[in-house]
Amino acid sequence: MNVTTAYEKARAEGRAALVGYLPAGFPSVAGGISAVKAMIEAGVDLVEIGLPYSDPVMDGPVIQRATEQALAGGVRTRDVIATVEAVSGAGVPVLVMSYWNPIEKYGVDAFARDLAGAGGAGLITPDLIPDEADEWLAASDQHHLDRVFLISPSSTDERIAMTVRHCRGFVYATAVMGVTGARDATSTAAPTLVARAKKVSGTLPVGVGLGVRSGVQAAEVGAYADGVIVGSALVSALADGGEPALRTLTHDLRAGLTP
Amino acid sequence: MLPDDRGHFGPYGGRFVPEALIAALDELDAHYRKAMADPEFTGEFERMLREYAGTPSLLYDATRLSERVGGARILLKREDLNHTGAHKVRNVLGQALLTKRMGKTRVIAETGAGQHGVASATAAAYLDLECVVYMGEVDTKRQALNVARMKMLGATVIPVTTGSKTLKDAINEALRDWVTNVDETHYLLGTAAGPHPFPAMVRDFVRGIGVEARAQCLEKTGALPDAVAACVGGGSNAIGMFHAFVPDADVRLYGFEAGGDGVETGRHAASITGGSHGVLHGSRSYLLQDEDGQTIESHSISAGLDYPSVGPEHAWLHDQGRARYQPVTDAEAMDAFALLCRTEGIIPAIESAHALAGMLRELPALRAELGREPTVIVNLSGRGDKDMHTAGEYFGLFDGDVIG
Repeated sequence: MNVTTAYEKARAEGRAALVGYLPAGFPSVAGGISAVKAMIEAGVDLVEIGLPYSDPVMDGPVIQRATEQALAGGVRTRDVIATVEAVSGAGVPVLVMSYWNPIEKYGVDAFARDLAGAGGAGLITPDLIPDEADEWLAASDQHHLDRVFLISPSSTDERIAMTVRHCRGFVYATAVMGVTGARDATSTAAPTLVARAKKVSGTLPVGVGLGVRSGVQAAEVGAYADGVIVGSALVSALADGGEPALRTLTHDLRAGLTP
Repeated sequence: MLPDDRGHFGPYGGRFVPEALIAALDELDAHYRKAMADPEFTGEFERMLREYAGTPSLLYDATRLSERVGGARILLKREDLNHTGAHKVRNVLGQALLTKRMGKTRVIAETGAGQHGVASATAAAYLDLECVVYMGEVDTKRQALNVARMKMLGATVIPVTTGSKTLKDAINEALRDWVTNVDETHYLLGTAAGPHPFPAMVRDFVRGIGVEARAQCLEKTGALPDAVAACVGGGSNAIGMFHAFVPDADVRLYGFEAGGDGVETGRHAASITGGSHGVLHGSRSYLLQDEDGQTIESHSISAGLDYPSVGPEHAWLHDQGRARYQPVTDAEAMDAFALLCRTEGIIPAIESAHALAGMLRELPALRAELGREPTVIVNLSGRGDKDMHTAGEYFGLFDGDVIG
C-alpha cells in the first residue's frame, strides 16, 4: 500500500492516520523487525523505520539511546533496507527516516533503488531541506519514492509553500521547536502550523510529529492533523516493556484516534 | 566571491540542518551582512579587538629558530599574545557583538578542551550575555581547570553524556539547545564550519589575522612571504590566516592537519588527507566516517584539532589546489613544541606546534623550489599554558625527567 492510500483509508474511516516510528536494529535487527510487525498488527497505518546515526541532532534522549544501542550492536545501512524488506509486505506503507550523511555515503540513487526494491514507500529527511536536495529529488522521481520534508513553526509562509511543493506522500510538521521526545502537553503551535500548511498543501496530508505519548494526546492532534506521528513514546514502550508494552501503547494511540 | 548566496564553496558548505533552524540562520545571515557593511558595527568590533583583545598581534622575526633550522626566515604571527591566549577571541567578540545587535540575550557554545568555551564565557561576561557551554563529559574531567575558568567568568557548563561524550557530541547538544531556544539564543559556533552563514561569518571575524600579517610582512621584509602555514582542525585560524593571501598566487598556503599516531594507523584527525566527502554538523565537507557514513572519532594529542570534519572553505581550497593540506603526527608536533620553547622562549599551543612542525618539514622542498632562502609565516594561533599537563606527561616532566 502506498502512503496516499493509507491516509485516504484513515480519512474514509473518519480519523487521522497513526504513523509509528521505530529505529532499525533496536533492540537487535531481528528484534526490530519483530517490533515493527507487532506495531503494525496493533494498528499503525504507516511505519517509519529510523536509520541509526552517530550524530542525531534532531533527537531527544530516548531515541538517542535506542539508536546508540543499535549502532553498538553493529546495525548497518543494509540492515535498515533488510528491515524495510521484512515488514513492507504487512499491509502498511513503510518509510525510512534518516539523517542525510548515511544516504549520501550509500549513494543517493543506489539508496533510492534499494529502498524501492525492498518495497519501501519513501524517505523522511530531517536534516535535508529541499534547497539542498537536487540529487534526492531526481532519485526519488526515478525510483517512484515518496519524499517527506519537514516544516516547523519558525518556517516562513514562503518556505512552507516551497517545502510542501517538494513533498510527496505527506508533509511532516514538527509541531514544537525542539528535539524529539514525549511531552505532557502537546504544542499549542501545532494547530497553527497545520493550518498554515493546509492553506497550500491541497490534497497532500499533513502529519504532526514530536511529543505525542497517549491516546488522549493523539485524539487532540488527530482533531486537526491528517496524521499523528509517534516516535519516542513507542521507543520508550519497547525499551521498557518490550513488545507487550509496544502493542498496548499502539492500541491506546489508535483507540484515541478512532471516532 | 565565495561562498555563494546559499553558502556554497563549490560543492561544499550549504545547510544540512533541520528546517526549524533555517529561520534563525536566515536571520543571522541578514544581520551579519548588514553589520559587516555598517561602520558603526565594524568600528566597534575593531575597537574591541584593539583595546580589549590586544590586536593587531605581533609579527615576530624568530631569528634563533631560523638560525637553528637554517636556510629560512621564519616569522611567527603571535596570536598567542591575544587576550584569552588565542586567535579565538576575534571570533567570539564578533559573534557576541552581533548577538547584542540581534537583540538576543543568551549565547550557547560547544567546547572540546575548553578554549572556545573560555573565550565565549569571556566575551559573554564582557558584553553582559548569559552563556551556556556544552562540553563532553569526558572533556570536563580532562579539563577541570578550564571548567573552573568558565564558571569563574559566569558561564554555566553542561556536561554532555551522549555519544562519544566529546566535542562532536557537544556540538550536537548545542544544536539541540539552539533549535529549542532559538528566539533568544545565538549559537556561538567556535570554528569556520557548520551551516551557512557560519563558515563565511567566522572567517570574516578572524580574517584580520591574515590582513595584519600581510601588511606586517610587507613592512618588515618589503615583500610578501613565500608561504604561510597554519594548523587545521575545524579550520578557523587557518582560514583567518589564509584568506587575505588567497589572491596572492605566489604565496603558498599550507594547512597542517592533526595526523595523530599517523594517518595510516586510523588514529588521527586529518579530515582532508585521511577522510572523504560527506555531511556533518550542517555542511558538506571532508570528514572522518566509516563506509556507512557514521562519524569516526578523531584522535590527536591536541584537543583543539580533535574534530572529525573541517570547514567547507578548506575543502574547496584543497580541491582547487590553492592550499596544500598535509598531516603532522603527534610526535612531529611535540618535537616542534619543544624546539620553539628552547629556541625562542615561546610555549606554543600544541595546535600551533602542528603548523610549525609542518612548515619546518616543508622548508627544504620550498627552498629547492625557489632556489633561495624562503620567508615564511607560521600562525602561532595560541599559547601553550593550557597544554602543560599534556606536554608534561609527554616529555616525562612529572617524574623528574628533562627534555633531552
